Parts: sequence; structure tokens; C-alpha cells
Amino acid sequence: MLRFLLQRLVGVLLVLWVIITLSFFLMRCAPGGPFDLEKPLQPDIRINIEKKYHLNEPLPAQYFRYVTDIILHGDLGPSYRYSDRSVNDFIREGLPYTMQLGFFALMVALTIGLSMGLAAALRHNTRWDYLAMAFAILGVSIPDFVLGPLLQLLFGIHLKWFPIAGWEGFRYFILPSVTLGSYYAASIARLTRGGMLEVTLQDYIRTARAKGLSEPVVVLRHMIRGGIIPVITYLGPATAFLLSGSLVVEKIFQIPGLGRHFVNSALNRDYTVALGMVIFFSALILVFNLAVDLLYLVVDPRMRKK
Amino acid sequence: MSEASAPAFGKSEKGVLEKGVSLWEDAWIRLKKNRMALFSLGLIALFFLLALFAGVLAPYPFDATDYTVIGQAPGLHHLFGTDDLGRDLFTRVLYGLRISMSVGLVATAVSLVIGVLWGSIAGYFGGAVDYAMMRFVDILYSLPYMFFVIILMTIFGRNIIILFLALGAVQWLTMSRIVRGQILSLKHKEFIEAAHAIGLKPRAIIWRHLIPNTMGPIIVYVTLTIPRIILEEAFLSFLGLGVQPPMASLGSLNADGAAAMDIYPWMLIFPSAILALLLFALNYLGDGLRDALDPRMRKG
Repeated sequence: MLRFLLQRLVGVLLVLWVIITLSFFLMRCAPGGPFDLEKPLQPDIRINIEKKYHLNEPLPAQYFRYVTDIILHGDLGPSYRYSDRSVNDFIREGLPYTMQLGFFALMVALTIGLSMGLAAALRHNTRWDYLAMAFAILGVSIPDFVLGPLLQLLFGIHLKWFPIAGWEGFRYFILPSVTLGSYYAASIARLTRGGMLEVTLQDYIRTARAKGLSEPVVVLRHMIRGGIIPVITYLGPATAFLLSGSLVVEKIFQIPGLGRHFVNSALNRDYTVALGMVIFFSALILVFNLAVDLLYLVVDPRMRKK
Repeated sequence: MSEASAPAFGKSEKGVLEKGVSLWEDAWIRLKKNRMALFSLGLIALFFLLALFAGVLAPYPFDATDYTVIGQAPGLHHLFGTDDLGRDLFTRVLYGLRISMSVGLVATAVSLVIGVLWGSIAGYFGGAVDYAMMRFVDILYSLPYMFFVIILMTIFGRNIIILFLALGAVQWLTMSRIVRGQILSLKHKEFIEAAHAIGLKPRAIIWRHLIPNTMGPIIVYVTLTIPRIILEEAFLSFLGLGVQPPMASLGSLNADGAAAMDIYPWMLIFPSAILALLLFALNYLGDGLRDALDPRMRKG
């Protein structure tokens, strides 16, 4: 098990290194320097600026500086567009919002998804099952950038139940979290249903029933534990999707999180910020995936032996 | 299909083999029973024709602004109403559909070519080649690829060719895994040994014998990739990073609609309804095809 963890850790570091390297060279590939403005810069100003950002050094030295700054100081470099701000500033500013949004969306997804999936599996091939699965297909097919504005129109503008923009209190959290969470709720419902149906046929469930355990105990203690394993495996990739989904949701609901900063930096062609944030996102996703692997070991005893 | 046993069902009562039902006929029979999938197929055909003939069907030029009809509600002259610049929304939806569908097809084709080549080479040669190629895929898998598409669009400019390539270039991973798995399971079959024995080169074996026999899963995956790419293009265009105005895709129309929804709600409702219908139909057809072509994958 320790070996497994070490292997995964080495893998994570390798992937991070690939991403950092890729980012660095993509940044250098960009046609046109970051300081190409409509009016050409005066040569001495240009030299000064290049010196400030170490762009006059040879490429390997720049690469070495970039990598060591990230690894040793966690410093993702300056923004070329806003001279007094660094990538880390943007991240520090946006992260709390994005984390909250992601957390609430995940809660929405787990609550709705698990209960729908369980209902569908326990009432297999009944009206409940069909209803839940119809919702699941609907949830997967309607993208968040369609759902978000529709929810705003219905619950914000017509019914006036919730505010349509901002992030200032619980009432503000509901529409964005539902928008971001609906897709995952649908996926989780399908996974839960599938996992539970598979488990129902296992010998250990028959044993549990044969021992005379009551139905709730069989379901809660034995079936769920095996049935939600697909959901847990899904939580790893889901963080990646949640982060990219938050780009859209933050735009729709005007939430000043990481996604907004990222999209703005992409629109402004502020390369260092955009790539720095990609590195940060990737690290975040890799860490979550690792955490999910650990969780997996805790939930499924069969995995520990391998 | 080549040598891989075209399943010969349809035995008569006496046990004499009648005309065999090919895999495709069999799949078609199964698909015909699935009403929702057939309905989806019809809807997709309709959308495809609308997109193809957008130039003929559209009542107005897609970028013609007319300040006398700004923000008109749906009516006789403007089926879906007009937008905040006085452009006919029905026309814009038709052209948006065209862009969205062509992005879906072209980018899927890009991903298909890369994925099939990558997967079949890795699967066929096996060993160290396979290991290196598939570890590469694993590494790419753990990257947040949408962010990389955005980065590519940022660095190389926001034009539609880059969009095709970038979206296709990140979608081939699953395809390569599917193809590799299929090839691995096929390559020790007798007909491949026979091909080796008559001295065919790897290239010919891969192209003539292995790839045709993996068509079923490939087709299923392709039908599920198209809606995903359409969705991703719409996602990028919604953020303003995809198709640039005055051109429109279903995603950018949704973005415009979302911005104007409190005054002109139809600007949001029509594009989003069309997009949702299109994605819904494509996903349903994909699921139906999967059930029809590969009954083993059916669950629940």
C-alpha cells in the first residue's frame, strides 16, 4: 500500500513537471511578445522591461528560474498586463469564492444524486426509477450555461426568490450551486443506481439477508458501502469538471472567483496569469485525485490487499 | 467487415443456415425497436438539413442589422424575433447550428484520426511501445484539458481552425484507449495469424483487418463525442473564447441571450432550446447505437 502511494506521488510530480514545462514553452511560442502594443516601445524602455522580467536571459536560464520559483517559493510569476500584480495575487483573491462555489455545488450534487440514485435502484423498474433516470438524462444534456440563465430568468427575474448575481450570503449561493451541481447530480444518480444494482446480486448481500438482518440494515450497512464505490471514483475527475464548470457559472452569476480571473486573463492575452492558473488548477486536481485514491482504500477493503 | 465472423443468426427451424444477418442489419433491427433513438435520429437529420441549407432557408443575411426592428418579439416576419441589434434570430440560429454542427463533425474527425492511429499502433506493437504510448495518454488524461484548449486559443488566436484542431486534439484519448483494447483482444485471433502467415505487413494488417473489426465501438464512441465537442465549443463561445462575432454558434447565441434575457427573453429561450434538443438527441442516439451495436455493454 505504501508502495502504491509512493508510485502515485511520483506520478503526480511527473505530471506537474510536464505541465510546468509545457506551460513555459507554450508561453514562449506565443506569436508576438507580451509587450507588443499598438505603439512600438522605445528601445531602451523595452530593454528595461525585458530586464525586469528576466526576458533577456538565455532560454534555459529562464526555464530554470521559472521551475525553481514555482517549486521552491510557490511563486507563479508576475502578470505582464498589470505590472503591480502577480499570478499569486489573482489566485489568493479568487480562490475562496471558487472553493465555496465548488463545495456547495458538490453538496447539491451529492444530496440530490445519491438520493435519486438510491431511490431508482431500490425501486428498480418502477415509476420512481424511470422518473429519476429521466431527470438524470435531462441533467446531463442541459449544459450549465443554458441552465444558469434559465434559472436566473425563472427564479430571479420572474419569481424574485433569489438574487441573480453576486456572492454575498446564503441566498446568493443557491442558484449558482444548483447550476454547477446539476450535471454532477445527474451523473452521480446514474452511477449510484448502476453501482447499487450490481451490488444487489452479490453473495454477501444474500448472506446478510440470510442472517436475518432487517432490510434497512442490509441497505445502509452493506449495500451502500459497495454501491457507492463508482461514485467515489468519479469524485476525482469531477473536481476537474467542477473547476472548468465554474468558469461559466462565475461568469453567469458575476462571482469574482478564479474562473473569472482566468477567463479575463485569456481574453486579455495575459499569458503568465493564464498559464500560472492552469498550473495551479492542475496541481489542485492532482491533489484531489490523490485524496480520492486514499478514500478509495478506506471504503473498499478489497483494494488494500492489491 | 472482413474475416471476423459476421454473426450468422437467422437459422430456420430445421437448423439450416439461411441468409446470414450481418452485424449492421442486426444493429439496425435493434435500433428500430428503440423509439426514442429513432426519433432522435430524425431530429438530428432535420437539424443537419437545416444547417446544411442555412444559406437558402435563412430569410435574412446573418449579420444584417436593422435598427427599425430592434428587439422584436417572435412573429410572422421574424419567426424567433430579433436581437438587440435588430438581426433576425431565426437566421442567426440557423447559422449558429451550422457552425456548431461543423465544429462537432470536424473536431470529432480530428480526434478520430489521432485516436485510432495512436490506439491501433500501441495495441498492435504492444510491449514497450504500448507502455510508453499509453503512459503518455495517462498523463494527458490527468490534465484539465478545457483549460489547455483555452490556452491554445489564447496563444494562437481565436480563429475557427484553431478551435477545430484544439478541440479535436484533446478528445482522442478515450478513443485511443478503446481502439487499443479492441486491438489487443483481436490480434491473437486466427484470421490475424493467417494474415501474418501470408506475409502481410503490419500496416496492411492494421488497416485492412484490425481497424475494420473495431468499427462498432468506434462508431458508438464517435456518436457520443460529437455532442461533447458541440457542448465544449458552446462552452468556449459562451465565455467569448470561441467563435468571434459577427459569426455565431449556439454557444455565443446563448451568451448574447443570457446578457439580454431580462429585456428580450426569446434571445435566450430559442438558442438554448435548440442546443438542448440537439445535445439530447445526439446523446440518445449514441446510447441507442451502443445498445444496438454492442448489446453486452447494456446495463441495468
